[in-house]
Amino acid sequence: MRFRAKIVDLACLNHFSRIINTIARLAKTCILRLTVCKLYFILSDKVANGGASMWCELSQGNFFNEFQMEGVAAEHNEIYLELVPENLSRALKTSQSAKAVKIKLTNKHCPCLRVAVELPSLSSSSRIVTHDIPVGVIPRRMWNDFREPSVPDFDVSIYLPVLKTMKSVVERMKNLSNFIVIEANLSGEMNLKIETDLVSVTTHFKDLGNPPWASEDGCQSSAQGRDLESMAEACIDIKKLQQLLAGQQVNPTKVLCNIVRKRIVHFILLHEEVSLQYFIPAIA
Amino acid sequence: LSRIGDELYLEPTESGLSLRAVNSSRSGFASFLFAPLFFQLYEPGGAGPEAELFRCKVHMKSFLGIFRSLPSLEKSVGKCLILLKPHASRLVLQLHCKHGVTKTHNLAFQECERLQAVFDTQSCASHLCAPARVLAEAVVHFPLTLAEVTLGAGPGGKISLRNYVEDEAEPSKTMVTELWLAEDEFQSVAVAPGSHITFCLKEFRGLLSFAEASNLPLTIHFDEPGRPVIFTLDDTVLEVHLVLATLSDLDSNSRAPSTNGVSHLPAPADDFADDLESYMAAMETSEGGSERAPSPTFSLHARRPAQSTPEEEEAEEEEEEEGAVPGTPPHKKFRSLFFGSVMTPGRPGLAPTQEVLAEDSEGE
Repeated sequence: MRFRAKIVDLACLNHFSRIINTIARLAKTCILRLTVCKLYFILSDKVANGGASMWCELSQGNFFNEFQMEGVAAEHNEIYLELVPENLSRALKTSQSAKAVKIKLTNKHCPCLRVAVELPSLSSSSRIVTHDIPVGVIPRRMWNDFREPSVPDFDVSIYLPVLKTMKSVVERMKNLSNFIVIEANLSGEMNLKIETDLVSVTTHFKDLGNPPWASEDGCQSSAQGRDLESMAEACIDIKKLQQLLAGQQVNPTKVLCNIVRKRIVHFILLHEEVSLQYFIPAIA
Repeated sequence: LSRIGDELYLEPTESGLSLRAVNSSRSGFASFLFAPLFFQLYEPGGAGPEAELFRCKVHMKSFLGIFRSLPSLEKSVGKCLILLKPHASRLVLQLHCKHGVTKTHNLAFQECERLQAVFDTQSCASHLCAPARVLAEAVVHFPLTLAEVTLGAGPGGKISLRNYVEDEAEPSKTMVTELWLAEDEFQSVAVAPGSHITFCLKEFRGLLSFAEASNLPLTIHFDEPGRPVIFTLDDTVLEVHLVLATLSDLDSNSRAPSTNGVSHLPAPADDFADDLESYMAAMETSEGGSERAPSPTFSLHARRPAQSTPEEEEAEEEEEEEGAVPGTPPHKKFRSLFFGSVMTPGRPGLAPTQEVLAEDSEGE
């Protein structure tokens, strides 16, 4: 089992750092899955995470100049590691002017991801900073716990409003209530609602647009038969929503929100080179 | 100075005004000596050549509060007068500002004895001098919350800085960051090969930002682990010393594979062991962490620091603080370590009389 990778391009490095920062805001601990072509950051929906789960996928070729991975076995050519993304975020934070960043899986006293940053210096040789990030190697028998979640059978799918606007609305609502209701319909309308003993606040968004989803059997999607005006709603933990919105450091190309009435809210954030899915379960 | 202690000691001397501070665990001491030339007027006072110059200490926060907003001070204040009359009950700070405005602050003070850590840069085996900028750029890679850092002389003349991981922290859970600086980044390097010391980063950062702001090179004098590290800044009108206790190296024998205080991480190389096959095979069995004998930790918080502290001459007034001497250490091991280093047989350059601050009542 070996892994070595190198980033030389500063733009790629910054982009990669921003993605790691976003992940670090969403999960204290998560799984890094390495395959030949892709990296995945996975948070499974355990109770410890408050039931929220995350699936983030990026193509290594868009970030790394060199990428060599040998999995645990030939027919299972993947590596699953458990790590604290905040450590990785910190290691990359001060590498903004680096000449190169190398990441390598090592096992000195314990398995670590060694991030070696080569920094420019006025002297003849570069400065080298190494960060040894402890990781846990996930044995193959547990890999099934971390499969890609399927898109739920949603009642409504809608594009989110401009994230910055939504973030400032949610931040203010967070001061008033612990829970927020997201509701949306198939006419491009979305409401964010909070209600406490003292106050209720609703913010209305319209003309958001609904993403077209091809149905499996090619027939008209079941949504056609539904009332386009009727709202599907779910009440979720406002902190989780706020973490998701606040963590976004790059404006995604598209953000979709799928709501399963009273069950779960599924966010899909699509950038050019990375996709992030985040599931927040509804509070009963 | 406020990063070190809560009280500011003002000691006028013939060679200038010395401002000093010491931390509550007596493991950190700093002094700034402003030469008479620094001031427009400097009268240290004293009734005659033999008279003792008056010393006092004030609350750091009260003093700092007067100089709260530097940008606005620079714009509006023309002169600052510091006045202390021996029989006055207040230290007077007067800011003469624009438009004829004078702000007078009267600070309560306490008389005190001389606060002086005993240290000798000449007796240190290793010396490093670097522009403050280089050290500031090095330290930026460590989180602000990091308590201690280890400075070491590595192979190839490289100097390393590594975050110190306390033994209680699980080694398999803590991130280790190490930075290597080449010899030519320093203005001068004269270090004992393989030497290393561990000291409090937080207190050092305070001095470092001062050095950066004044664009002065910083010199680091150190010796064996356990002996204090001394940071100095020199200027024509200012002499700065920061003395910090360092962690002593009790567990150097049990730390495989290094001995004699040699840093156990090699210089950065591309080839390091990444043999995870055997790890995977052995994963069912419990992981063998590196076994280390428990060693006293360098902690400035609840615990007593277990390293030699700079010897000090203190007055009775100091006893109301956390002890002019380490009070009741939690473990006998800490206590014996402290006295052990005090009783170290004389080394060249060591002051001939080491003042023992409290006799060992058990006659160890």
